[in-house]
Amino acid sequence: MAVKRIKINGKTISARVDESILEAAKDADIHIPTLCHLEGVKDVAACRVCLVELETPSGNRLVPACVTQIEDGMSIKTHSPKLNEYRRMIVELLFAEGNHVCAVCVVNGNCELQNLAIEVGMDHSRFEYRFPVREVDLSHNSFGKDQNRCIFCTRCVRVCDEIEGAHVWDVAGRGYKSSIISGLNQPWGTVDACTECGKCVQSCPTGALFKKGSAVSEMEKDQSTLEFLVNARQKHEWTR
Amino acid sequence: MSKIKVATVWLAGCSGCHMSFLDLDEWLFELSKYVDIVYSPIADLKEFPDNVDATLVEGAIANEENLELAYKIRERSKVVISFGDCAITANVPAMRNMLGKSDSVLKRAYLELGTITPQLPNEPGIVPPLLEQVRPLHEVIDVDLFIPGCPPPAPRIKEVLEALVQGKSPAMEGREMLKFG
Repeated sequence: MAVKRIKINGKTISARVDESILEAAKDADIHIPTLCHLEGVKDVAACRVCLVELETPSGNRLVPACVTQIEDGMSIKTHSPKLNEYRRMIVELLFAEGNHVCAVCVVNGNCELQNLAIEVGMDHSRFEYRFPVREVDLSHNSFGKDQNRCIFCTRCVRVCDEIEGAHVWDVAGRGYKSSIISGLNQPWGTVDACTECGKCVQSCPTGALFKKGSAVSEMEKDQSTLEFLVNARQKHEWTR
Repeated sequence: MSKIKVATVWLAGCSGCHMSFLDLDEWLFELSKYVDIVYSPIADLKEFPDNVDATLVEGAIANEENLELAYKIRERSKVVISFGDCAITANVPAMRNMLGKSDSVLKRAYLELGTITPQLPNEPGIVPPLLEQVRPLHEVIDVDLFIPGCPPPAPRIKEVLEALVQGKSPAMEGREMLKFG
């Protein structure tokens, strides 16, 4: 298998030619924070939390680790005062953009956004809170959608399309008017394409998609089914 | 060593942060060797005093009285601390912001949902008027330190107070010190 050599934080590592910086770092047990990344579905670099510093002759460039392919001789820094500051700003902006009220959220204590805020050392948001008016959709039998808690990572859109093959979800609108829509912008419960598999709910990093009937702090996302499906598919476990 | 002067204030919040402070139980006796509580909802003092070393502020800024007191606190305290999620993010009190400005909030709460003699509260000089939007404390005055949590767990409050008493700044990092909610 063809191998390339790159340097991460001064340490030389070998990685497969087709790997992204994020995959190469993971194989070498080097942690890069992520948020929109989900094992098994395509990366879209929506959140920018995985930005790393790539050394170039004309100075360091910031590139998202999840969608940047490794190249021979690359030298990368995963943590620096600049990166730490940018990552913290990204998380603060996410908190200021939506309505993230941890105290009354179903995933309080089990939330990827909340955990990331701790990792980047956020004790408050330096950006003014926007308090947008956003919708809650409770039309589905088993699940609910609370757009107030959505960070537009598009994991739900990708798992439904790439793993379940139903493509119930899409992103509508632009900028602060963006929203995640089901079907042709219909109530979720009326979308025939939905198979009620719940993959979107389990993949959602926050409490934006949740199981109905869960109260504050009661919901824990379980991504083991997703991992099982992705692994089985990649290892051709179902091919006769 | 002379005692430091500490104040605690309750603005737009549920007083849960103060309950968590009281959860320090017998350690409060230890604390009282180093700290004088010069103003607090759990001590009967009417006027916010001068020359306070550190003030813990629970709650968001929701009405004109909150705002007035916030300015006074900043003027008279060396260190201002946002105490809990309502002070830091505006949290649950700010969920009214999504209803629009104060008049639509009052109409919703007192007229549409009022069952017995629905009427708008109006007692000038007694009932403070609502601000149009509920804001976090640091959006109206400078804040020196933030203690997240809804409420902040008692050990987190203890860490901060211990550091203050020793004249140090507490290390606000890791899950034990930073988790919101």
